[in-house]
Amino acid sequence: MSWALLAYAARRIALAVPTFVATTFLAFSIMHLAPGDPVELYLAGGLASGDAGIRAEKLADAERAKAELRRELGLDQPIPVQYLRWLGGLVAGDLGRSFKDRLPVWDKLVERIPVTIGIDAAALLITYLIAVPLGICSAVWPGSRFDRVSTGVIFALYSVPGFWLAVMLIVFFGGGDYFAWFPPGGIRSLEYSSDWSFATKVADVGHHLALPLFVTTLGSYTELSRYLRSSMLENARQDFVRTARAKGVPEWSVVLKHIGRNSLIPMVVILAGVLPGLISGSVLLESIFSIPGIGQLGYQSVLARDYPVVLALFAASFGLTLLGILVADILLALVDPRVTFGKSGT
Amino acid sequence: MTEPAQSAARRVWRELLRRKRAVFGLWVIGGLAALALFADLVANDKPYYLKLDGATHFPMAIELGVKLGLREWPPELVNQRFASLAERAEAAVWAPIPYDATEPDIMGGVFEPPSRAHWLGTDGIGRDVAAGMVHGVRVSLSIGLVVVAIQATIGILFGGLAGYYGGVIDLVLSRVIEVMMGIPTFFLILTVAATFPPSIYLIMAILGLTGWVGIARLIRGEFLKVRAMDYVAAARAIGASDARIMLRHVLPNAIAPVLVAMSFGVASAVLTESGLSFLGIGVPAQIVTWGSILSLAQENITAWWLAVFPGAAIFVTVTAYNLLGDGLRDALDPRERGT
Repeated sequence: MSWALLAYAARRIALAVPTFVATTFLAFSIMHLAPGDPVELYLAGGLASGDAGIRAEKLADAERAKAELRRELGLDQPIPVQYLRWLGGLVAGDLGRSFKDRLPVWDKLVERIPVTIGIDAAALLITYLIAVPLGICSAVWPGSRFDRVSTGVIFALYSVPGFWLAVMLIVFFGGGDYFAWFPPGGIRSLEYSSDWSFATKVADVGHHLALPLFVTTLGSYTELSRYLRSSMLENARQDFVRTARAKGVPEWSVVLKHIGRNSLIPMVVILAGVLPGLISGSVLLESIFSIPGIGQLGYQSVLARDYPVVLALFAASFGLTLLGILVADILLALVDPRVTFGKSGT
Repeated sequence: MTEPAQSAARRVWRELLRRKRAVFGLWVIGGLAALALFADLVANDKPYYLKLDGATHFPMAIELGVKLGLREWPPELVNQRFASLAERAEAAVWAPIPYDATEPDIMGGVFEPPSRAHWLGTDGIGRDVAAGMVHGVRVSLSIGLVVVAIQATIGILFGGLAGYYGGVIDLVLSRVIEVMMGIPTFFLILTVAATFPPSIYLIMAILGLTGWVGIARLIRGEFLKVRAMDYVAAARAIGASDARIMLRHVLPNAIAPVLVAMSFGVASAVLTESGLSFLGIGVPAQIVTWGSILSLAQENITAWWLAVFPGAAIFVTVTAYNLLGDGLRDALDPRERGT
């Protein structure tokens, strides 16, 4: 079992290598072919001052400075060479340095990944805690008023544009002119210190993250609970359920153990499906709530043409997607004995 | 072959019409489409009819003619502001929203709250929000439809070829699909949108080119299933070409889930476009969309009308397409029939 699993995982990873190279090369090319030169961007501040008559001498100076910077950043090489250099660095565990502040990209990621992953994990937990009972109740009483109302409500929530809601919440509850119940952004208070007791820290962070978590989870209940509902309804029609009822198994046990457990299989698959989304975080929400996570870093880096950071994010995100698919396959095989590793899926 | 396919489509349509939510979605979509089609009649700073110095003009019709290159503005109307012209006109019939979507109303102020003159207020440079919203429908819907059309074309092509032929073609196309799955899509869209100059066609292209993976996987799965069916073998036996089998026999039986995905796709494209425009990297500044009105709300958070109305419009549109998609999914699912 475990050997088959390992062999399967190894084959999947091996198959993913060319895909990884293609993905990152694509991202690399797009960034380098796009208009907007990072060198121009970083030197623009110094040049703009000599407005009226930039003399030829000064211009030549600027050109020299640009060429030097370009060489320093490795931008003078053809794109394939630059890409191979980057790939070589990656294999050696070196993600390069940020163009913007020359800090190692690795350090920047390590600083921000926990923030994004932490928020996503909390959001995921909340989603399951709310969506699973909702789905079960809808399936137990299909067509009831509860079923109809809850389906309608979660469906409406699913369509709310998250970034819009975020702006509205900040305006009305985030210290604007109306109710200053929540801080407008950030993840902790300015006076946050490591001396605080654990409970105080949690309360402080929770207070800051209440609005972002609310907005993040809002759209995710629908898929889960609808999926759970329909797979429970399907399982409820199976013979083993009728058998269980016939031999006098209590109803709650039929629902939770016989139907519920069999309906959790797709839940596992969905869980793995959301993994890749976790790293890219939400660019919009992190920007609006000033959360120093991956999404915000990515957006700022794209605007600053900070290629090494953007590429590292692409690579990390790709790795996680792969991991997500792999984990989904393995989990599925673990919970569903009918699935084997013999044949490769998609 | 056409006969049963048609009746299947009719059955799905009947099932769809039995679902109240889906019907509601259809009505909303129909209304929005009508609004998009007749946006120029609903919100326009040119009057339908103007009687000036004894002469009768139909400025809105003239404008259409000028835009189509059929005629010129008459000398007494050329480069005139109709709002000021109207003061000395003997008679004028205006559109319900007598403002242009992109031109500031020179008589009104900036950041004006909703009033009789400006139903939904004005924005930071004095443009009428109601007019902007009406013309924004056009942008949103056309982006949604074009994007989904691109996605469906690529998705059906790739997924169909991979599923029908299998083998090496499947292996290669599946890797391509995997590449697209591995790319953090929104991030890629962001990269492209932020580095290239803003353009509505660019947005359509990148959303279309990045969002086809779901459809391709659906179609591939369906083709894999359907190609093993007896009627495909029968078609092959009587000498039908691969293209004919794919288009006439397999595709009609595999298309159903794609319709569902397309409906959700429109919702998602509308949402993404408004998100990008909200960040200021979507459509160019002179084009007014729901997202761009929303982004103006950030400059002045007391101007609640700049946030509430476009947000509600996006919400309604997205809900309508989601309801349609959901109803379609149920209508296509034989297990759900009658529930």
